Amino acid sequence: MSDTARSNIFARLTRACADFPEVARPRPAAPDPAPDVDLIDLFQERMEAVRTEVHRVPRNDWTAALARIVEEKQIQSLLYGPGTRLAAELESAWPESGPPAPRLRAYDAAVECFKKELFEIDAGITTTRGAIADTGALILWPTEQEPRLISLVPPVHIAVLDAENIYPSFAGAMAQQQWSRGMPTNALLVSGPSKTADIEFTLVFGVHGPEELVVIVRES
Amino acid sequence: MKHPQRYGKVYFFGTCLIDALFPQAGLAAIRLLRRHGLRVVFPPGQSCCGQPAYNSGFFDEARAVALRQVRCFPEDYPVIVPSGSCAGMMKYHYPELFAGHPELETVRRFSARVFEFSRFLADLPGLRLEDRGAPLKATWHSSCHALREMKVIGHAKSLVRRLANVELVELQRESECCGFGGTFAVKQPQISAAMVTDKVDDILDTGAAVVLGIDCGCLMNIAGAMEKRRLPVSCMHLAQFIWERTHETN
Amino acid sequence: MRPTDSFDFAGNVSRALADRQLRRNLRAAMDTLIEKRNSVFPDPQETEALRERGAAIKRRALSRLPALLAQLEEKLTANGIQVHWAETTDAANQAVLDIMRAHGATRLVKGKSMVSEEMHLNPFLQRHGIESMETDLGEFIIQLDNEPPSHIIVPAIHKNRDQVARTFHEKIPDAPYTEDVEELTAIARRTLRRKFFEAQVGLSGVNFAVAETGTLCLVENEGNGRMCTTVPPVHIAVMGLEKVIEKLEDIPPLLRLLTGSATGQLVTTYFNMISGPRKPGEKDGPREVHLIILDNGRTRILADPVMRETLLCVRCGTCLNHCPVYTRLGGHAYGFVYPGPIGEILTPQMEGLARAGVLATASSLCNACEEVCPVKIPIPRLLRRLRRDMAAAADTADPLERLAWKGWALMNRVPLVHALALKAGALLGDRLPAVGPLKAWTGVRTPPRPAARSLHELVRREQGVQNE
Repeated sequence: MSDTARSNIFARLTRACADFPEVARPRPAAPDPAPDVDLIDLFQERMEAVRTEVHRVPRNDWTAALARIVEEKQIQSLLYGPGTRLAAELESAWPESGPPAPRLRAYDAAVECFKKELFEIDAGITTTRGAIADTGALILWPTEQEPRLISLVPPVHIAVLDAENIYPSFAGAMAQQQWSRGMPTNALLVSGPSKTADIEFTLVFGVHGPEELVVIVRES
Repeated sequence: MKHPQRYGKVYFFGTCLIDALFPQAGLAAIRLLRRHGLRVVFPPGQSCCGQPAYNSGFFDEARAVALRQVRCFPEDYPVIVPSGSCAGMMKYHYPELFAGHPELETVRRFSARVFEFSRFLADLPGLRLEDRGAPLKATWHSSCHALREMKVIGHAKSLVRRLANVELVELQRESECCGFGGTFAVKQPQISAAMVTDKVDDILDTGAAVVLGIDCGCLMNIAGAMEKRRLPVSCMHLAQFIWERTHETN
Repeated sequence: MRPTDSFDFAGNVSRALADRQLRRNLRAAMDTLIEKRNSVFPDPQETEALRERGAAIKRRALSRLPALLAQLEEKLTANGIQVHWAETTDAANQAVLDIMRAHGATRLVKGKSMVSEEMHLNPFLQRHGIESMETDLGEFIIQLDNEPPSHIIVPAIHKNRDQVARTFHEKIPDAPYTEDVEELTAIARRTLRRKFFEAQVGLSGVNFAVAETGTLCLVENEGNGRMCTTVPPVHIAVMGLEKVIEKLEDIPPLLRLLTGSATGQLVTTYFNMISGPRKPGEKDGPREVHLIILDNGRTRILADPVMRETLLCVRCGTCLNHCPVYTRLGGHAYGFVYPGPIGEILTPQMEGLARAGVLATASSLCNACEEVCPVKIPIPRLLRRLRRDMAAAADTADPLERLAWKGWALMNRVPLVHALALKAGALLGDRLPAVGPLKAWTGVRTPPRPAARSLHELVRREQGVQNE
């Protein structure tokens, strides 16, 4: 049935476009000019405007900042993707997980095996592929090691961002990272904790996605 | 556009609403142009720009009437039009209306010569407006096509601001449609009524004594609603307002 | 208020205009949305350049629609996404049902999708014993009340918090009565979190489908879209065939235009780009992803060289926000799926002029919509075209109106008739009989009074005016 539908649709499309001369592509947008503002400052300002918590820390001491965040938010279980460099740093910072350190939970099996636990974990921590300064957004490309749901299901999402990976714009990030070469199963921009204004335009944070987004910006 | 002083003559297209209902506004506009030294030509064969039929989907009838107008203004003089919507119709919609028709080139040449009145006046170098009227609070209604098609509202309001004894206060929703829309007012009377009621309330909130505009369709709509509620605010075309306040009576 | 099957627009208008709460809510909401949009597009020149770019990207995509859809299908298929083609909404609904049945599934969670409204998907699935749960908060609320959305972006805009409080308390088990918006949101979050956990199938719309890479893109703020497209083992995406765009690099300008125009945001909380189901080695994500591509009259619209611009629409809703008519009526009055200016050009084409052509008359042609449309759809021009089509078609033309315009044309072409008409008007003055158009006019206005002497006459008497 879908095949007949397909050929009927294409037949109509082709007839319809017979008197529709091809429109030229718009001129390519100018590449990002050299930024006249500090990209990290701009990124921070944009993210904080939508209630993201931003911590700028030295690269070599970032786990101390994470420890403070975990304690302050009383995070008792922290989900992460094993096998990444981030994972190695986490595991070596907390070699024996348990109080007072958070219980590190590796996302090491298919979601079907531990779905109930996943929906009860306090926080998830992920790497990022970079960030966009002009709109304020993180770039996430979940992988086999670092699955998609880490940044969605737990009520707190902690994202680790290296400052040198902040791009002026989305177009710039796409071009420099050459996204057109191949897209992952899922690519994401995340710009804050989940929110809605569907009731009387009153803004509420924490709907179906995380209630809190924390970004640790590692500066070298 | 040539330097306005170098136009020997200008045509004047009165518009059908001014012709039948607000002729004083048309006369005032002509007198303002003449006072500035321009020679005004008023071809008597003119009638309506055709917009009412065009907006209602009666393109053939609109075209027939439009062509009549075009033929009334054959010389290479500017055509001055005291209405944002009629000027917009003649300038931007005539070429669309005649696309694919043999008269298209003639129409295009006509459309290129169309100017909305208040913009044309505001651009006249050396224009002096000595306000002899009593101090007055006025407000402004931005008619839709004057705003969005002809883009002349800035020019029109600048003329009001040159009248020394007039305080211009602005509406809260200056650029919201008043609900006239030509046949819209009679085809969707309930919605139109709601829109003009809100517009009148907005005007009342300013405390202005007069509402000024450059489209008589809108002014007729607002004035009618004002009168029905027995409200003392008057509605006037900018040309008439300027003429009455600046000409010497002797 | 529900739209009725026999479409009584005048009745809908009366009811809407009389509903003071609705008008208050709408006015406040539209003002807010207009202001938000202005704050993210502060520079007129830059905004115009961006709109030009968006318009060019969409126009090009439409002009290459067959090739792009073929490329999209090829890439999606290579990525492991199953593509289905549906000529009608019935076929699309059936395709969804078939997928559900193939998995023995009876529970669906869905994100907001105008195409799914077009399909009337929820009632269809319900008739077949399937629970189809809306997860966008606004849609969730109106689903509980069995109402359609009243706005493309903020579907429950017509409701106050006390109405939501009552709905939740009455229709959600164990929900307390509270008017606190945070508490209401928390109730929805709890309820829907359970549904996400249990769902067997998730359904979403598509904002952009990129042909270059076979990627489906979704914008959202709540996270429910990601939940629906990641947690359940099956994801079904539904999309109108005009949503395909050519390249990845087209996304940033279109995204900026969409989020800026729809909600006044620089970017939404999440921008989700899906290019396939779970790959071997990946630990989450759906095992199957399906895309249903819907025609439902779009190819017919595409064939018309003027009306095809209707298909540029990115469903941002900003035309609604700026429309003085929508602001006073709200979405339900328009009777069908799409309200506002876009609804006035789309619905008559989809439903036919006889059924829905009246919508094309509900505009004063003020041009506010065209001024802000991110892809520069010339809505007033398309409305005029529909009006012309109605005047020309036997089943929608009004012979009296045609006669009136012929008379009008005669009057305006023949100077003698013109002069006589003006004289007659002047003599009748305000004794013109209040029938037809004049009756409608004088509901809230005094009748226009023809002047004793027309401008033609005054000019003849005016010294120094060349009367030729």
